[in-house]
Amino acid sequence: MTLLSVQGLSKSFGGVAAARDVSFLLERGELLAIIGPNGAGKSTVFNMVGGQLRPDHGAVLLDGQNITAASPQKRFRLGVGRTFQVAQTFLSMSVVENVQMALVSCNGESSALWAPARTRHREEALALLEQVGMADVADRPCSALAYGDVKRVELAIALAGQPKLLLMDEPTAGMAARERADLMDLTARIADAKSIGVLFTEHDMDVVFGHAERVIVLVRGRIIAAGSPEEIRQNEEVRRAYLGDEHALEKPKGLSPA
Amino acid sequence: MDLSFLAIQALNGLSSASSLFITACGLTLVFGVTRIVNFAHGSLYMIGAYTAATLVPRLLELHFGPVTFWAGILASAIIVGLIGVLIEVLLLRRIYGAPELFQLLATFGVVLVVQDLAILVFGPEDILGPRAPGLRAPVEILGRRFPSYELVLIAAGPIVLGLVWLLLRKTRFGVLVRAATQDREMIAALGVNQALLFTGTLFLGAFLAGLGGALQIPRVSAHAGMDLSIIAEAFVVTVVGGMGSVPGAFLAALIIGQLQAFGILIFPKSTLVVVFLLMAVVLAIRPYGFFGRPEAVGGTHAVGIASSKRSPYAGLIALAVIGTGLSLPLIGDAYMLKVATEILIFALFAFSLQLLIGVSGVVSFGHAAFFGLGAYGAALSLKWFALPMEAALPAGLLLAAAGALLIGGFVVRLSGIYLAMMTLAAAQIIYAVAFQWVDVTGGDNGIVGVWPSAWASGQVPFYLFTLALVTIAVLLLMRIINAPFGYALRAARDSEARAEAIGLTIRRHRWLAFTISGAAAGLAGGLYAFSRGSVDPSLLGIPTSVDALTMLLIGGIQTVTGPLVGAGFLHVLRDQIMPLTSLWRLLLGLIIIAIVLVFPRGLVGTVRGWGEERS
Amino acid sequence: MSTPPLLEIWNLTASYGRAQVLFGLTFGLHAGEVLALVGRNGAGKTTTLKAIMGLVPATAQKATFKGHSLGRLPTYRIARMGLGYVPEDRRIFTDLTVEENLEAGRKAASGGRSPWTPERLFKLFPNLAEMRGRRGNQMSGGEQQMLAIARTLMGNPDAILLDEPSEGIAPVIVQMMAEAIRAMKAEGVAVLLSEQNWAFAAGISDRAIVIERGEMRFHGTMAELMADEPLRAETLGV
Repeated sequence: MTLLSVQGLSKSFGGVAAARDVSFLLERGELLAIIGPNGAGKSTVFNMVGGQLRPDHGAVLLDGQNITAASPQKRFRLGVGRTFQVAQTFLSMSVVENVQMALVSCNGESSALWAPARTRHREEALALLEQVGMADVADRPCSALAYGDVKRVELAIALAGQPKLLLMDEPTAGMAARERADLMDLTARIADAKSIGVLFTEHDMDVVFGHAERVIVLVRGRIIAAGSPEEIRQNEEVRRAYLGDEHALEKPKGLSPA
Repeated sequence: MDLSFLAIQALNGLSSASSLFITACGLTLVFGVTRIVNFAHGSLYMIGAYTAATLVPRLLELHFGPVTFWAGILASAIIVGLIGVLIEVLLLRRIYGAPELFQLLATFGVVLVVQDLAILVFGPEDILGPRAPGLRAPVEILGRRFPSYELVLIAAGPIVLGLVWLLLRKTRFGVLVRAATQDREMIAALGVNQALLFTGTLFLGAFLAGLGGALQIPRVSAHAGMDLSIIAEAFVVTVVGGMGSVPGAFLAALIIGQLQAFGILIFPKSTLVVVFLLMAVVLAIRPYGFFGRPEAVGGTHAVGIASSKRSPYAGLIALAVIGTGLSLPLIGDAYMLKVATEILIFALFAFSLQLLIGVSGVVSFGHAAFFGLGAYGAALSLKWFALPMEAALPAGLLLAAAGALLIGGFVVRLSGIYLAMMTLAAAQIIYAVAFQWVDVTGGDNGIVGVWPSAWASGQVPFYLFTLALVTIAVLLLMRIINAPFGYALRAARDSEARAEAIGLTIRRHRWLAFTISGAAAGLAGGLYAFSRGSVDPSLLGIPTSVDALTMLLIGGIQTVTGPLVGAGFLHVLRDQIMPLTSLWRLLLGLIIIAIVLVFPRGLVGTVRGWGEERS
Repeated sequence: MSTPPLLEIWNLTASYGRAQVLFGLTFGLHAGEVLALVGRNGAGKTTTLKAIMGLVPATAQKATFKGHSLGRLPTYRIARMGLGYVPEDRRIFTDLTVEENLEAGRKAASGGRSPWTPERLFKLFPNLAEMRGRRGNQMSGGEQQMLAIARTLMGNPDAILLDEPSEGIAPVIVQMMAEAIRAMKAEGVAVLLSEQNWAFAAGISDRAIVIERGEMRFHGTMAELMADEPLRAETLGV
């Protein structure tokens, strides 16, 4: 069965349509990128899949189950993990405690009042940190990490819920060039090994064309193209819309070199 | 109840709405631009009343007539406006970027300072102002006499609204104020000096507070205590209207004025309750009041407790502290034990608040509600059901927990400054009930004869009893803070988005935290009732809430042990200094302000910071 | 160019928290020129403009405007020196009318130029003239963009930092933006233009800086950049 089925999502804010009739599918183990110019509705679509926004029309199905109206918490329990554009971690805790917290929540122990939190699921948390290459800093405060490392911790947190679907909002924003490729390689490896479907938005075209298996292009809330990176690269409409020619003036003339 | 009576009541309602609006309008303007909820606004109102009551009679001696009277009122308001400028330049300017908890506390520090200064300057007596020349004779309305000055007040509200409207719409200053209310940063990028704009806004806000106070002098005498009673009502008006919205404040004042005027007919003893209930209902339906909008950039949160390596000596230190506590009866006299008992009780009270503020990031400004509920719960079950202390204490704890459960249900839906205001309002409702339901609670006099059971009476047994209960309660709370539940609260504080994304139900956790915290405060309150032998409404008042916050602040909100140290420090300080000076509140106010400005990490946090720097 | 630049920036760096976004930018902006700052989303264009305005914490070896240092000045002082800023998200005051928005931006002219007035601006942006009493929240994106530029011009700046003026607005209004920028240029106002819309930037700019991941990849004339097709393809995808 298809992992994620997005059907005819629409959403407007104060009369302005941010997403219009957006539909796509995502299979297990697949990396799917949503790209588009600023304000094209990427975040809107993303947040409707993640449960932060409720669509005006349309449906979101996870493994055939309708989750259109489910809260983010419910989606998490159904197997949706996510990372944020600006990495969201618990800065007052150590790295391993961040992951332990996610495991505690997974196991329904977050209201436990007695046995200390710092000993719970520690081994499992360390194993997850090992996967993202952060086990050696497990006991450092999360607030002391470099930003690229915080992003990795965030990935480990998201993986703690054993997600079927991973949502990554601009996973490489704010990272240095080398870190970007590393993080996405890591994501692809994990997605493949655990057959997790990954849906991500991204501005960095190197990341998109280097790691996505399929790409969806949104412009003004509408999908104008979908296909393999190569198809998207060749697509004239995409070149015009996304890469900047849409509002073409008359051909540049009267250039006055300084 | 005939038509003319209803008409008079409606007019009374309008006149109090006018007074309330004039004051609240200043508060909401200042909040809109500076994003600071200025507790000292009530103090400015009080200064306005005192100044006018002192100044206007002297002016009338020089030249008697309506012009002199109104000129005196205006002059008083201008003086208060200048005092507002002083407060802005000296204090507010330094805390615009501070967490909202610190802003509230710092401005409350000003309240304390002004309370003592007002007595120094104007004397301890109430000052009755002159009646307005030309408005002494009542007018007849539908066969009933109605004071003509009240009619002037009724007109004053809309006049002020109109003038403020003109100022905001038709002047450059007004355009900038409205622009700054929406986007402060952009205003700066256009070259506007925010500092000047803020100072100007503070002048306007303080002027309106002063005017509101000055206009009262023919009706009520200027007295100490005006500040807190008006500020509570002004908070309700601004919150219900939507913080920052002038028309919202006007509408809210109108509704509250009528509610008070007619509420008296329906619930003669519970007008305050009705007003605060209105606020609770409005916030439950519209979390940002009538015309308020969600905070785009809310106040920053104070940094709370973080994970730290467990000190290898922690166990030893705890044992040493408990040991010292146990051996105190051997070395201390009765007085010392009495002080120690109170310190223990307040340490528990402050510690219970730490669970909300330091752990959950929920800024409760009405924690006295649960302390007081615990105290009253114990006292009432002793008095009305003749329960012994062993049953009365748990009864108090249960009452506080129930209160926290109920209030928490409302509170956890809110955030930021609205949340703080809601907790404050809830505490004021309970205060009003205790104050006005005289038959049951004894009203202002409270309940006396709340003595412990025979085995626990006497300074030493009660001290040891308190030590045992407080130790157990604190250890339990620490356990909770270190348990997954405490971590979940911290998780939601650190990042709501992340907490939701890993499936935490934030509201439910905060609700439970609120209830546990209320129960612990209730235990402290119950113990306090038995230690003093009496309860009275002051246990539920704003100053009691602020006491707990001050202890937390002195100790440091990032540390688990901070509140315990803070409680001890404040109590000893008060004990040593209060007998020496009549200016205790002034000193306390300055201490609070100094901590906010200089030692925001508190005693324990600062000391720990030194240790970390060295290592 | 022999005259010293109006705005001079040496080695500008900036970070958001622990994420560094600018890695040492150095450039100058001369009176009456349009300098385009191009690069993909997230490259650091917006941050560059904000850093110059003092809106994000940043460090620079040297940052001067008209020969005066900008270091650690509060934003309003920088604006008063004659540096105008039109933010990416426009940030017009939506509760205020068009005329009130203009009033909020008004500052006296610093040089001998004839000051901008609402009437002059309404000639430049005829759409605004028809809605002077309308509130910002009842305007389209393009109209808001015009208002944001007009509001900044009311401060009679010597240089304007213009952040993505063509973003999300209709082609016909983009044309109008181009006209407006040419009009500013004709007045001797310098423009630092952050843009993603390549054709738009290429059409009106004299010189260009290409930034990628917070670093400068190119600094030269627009003609040179137009000629360097491989670089454009690599950094801009055009």
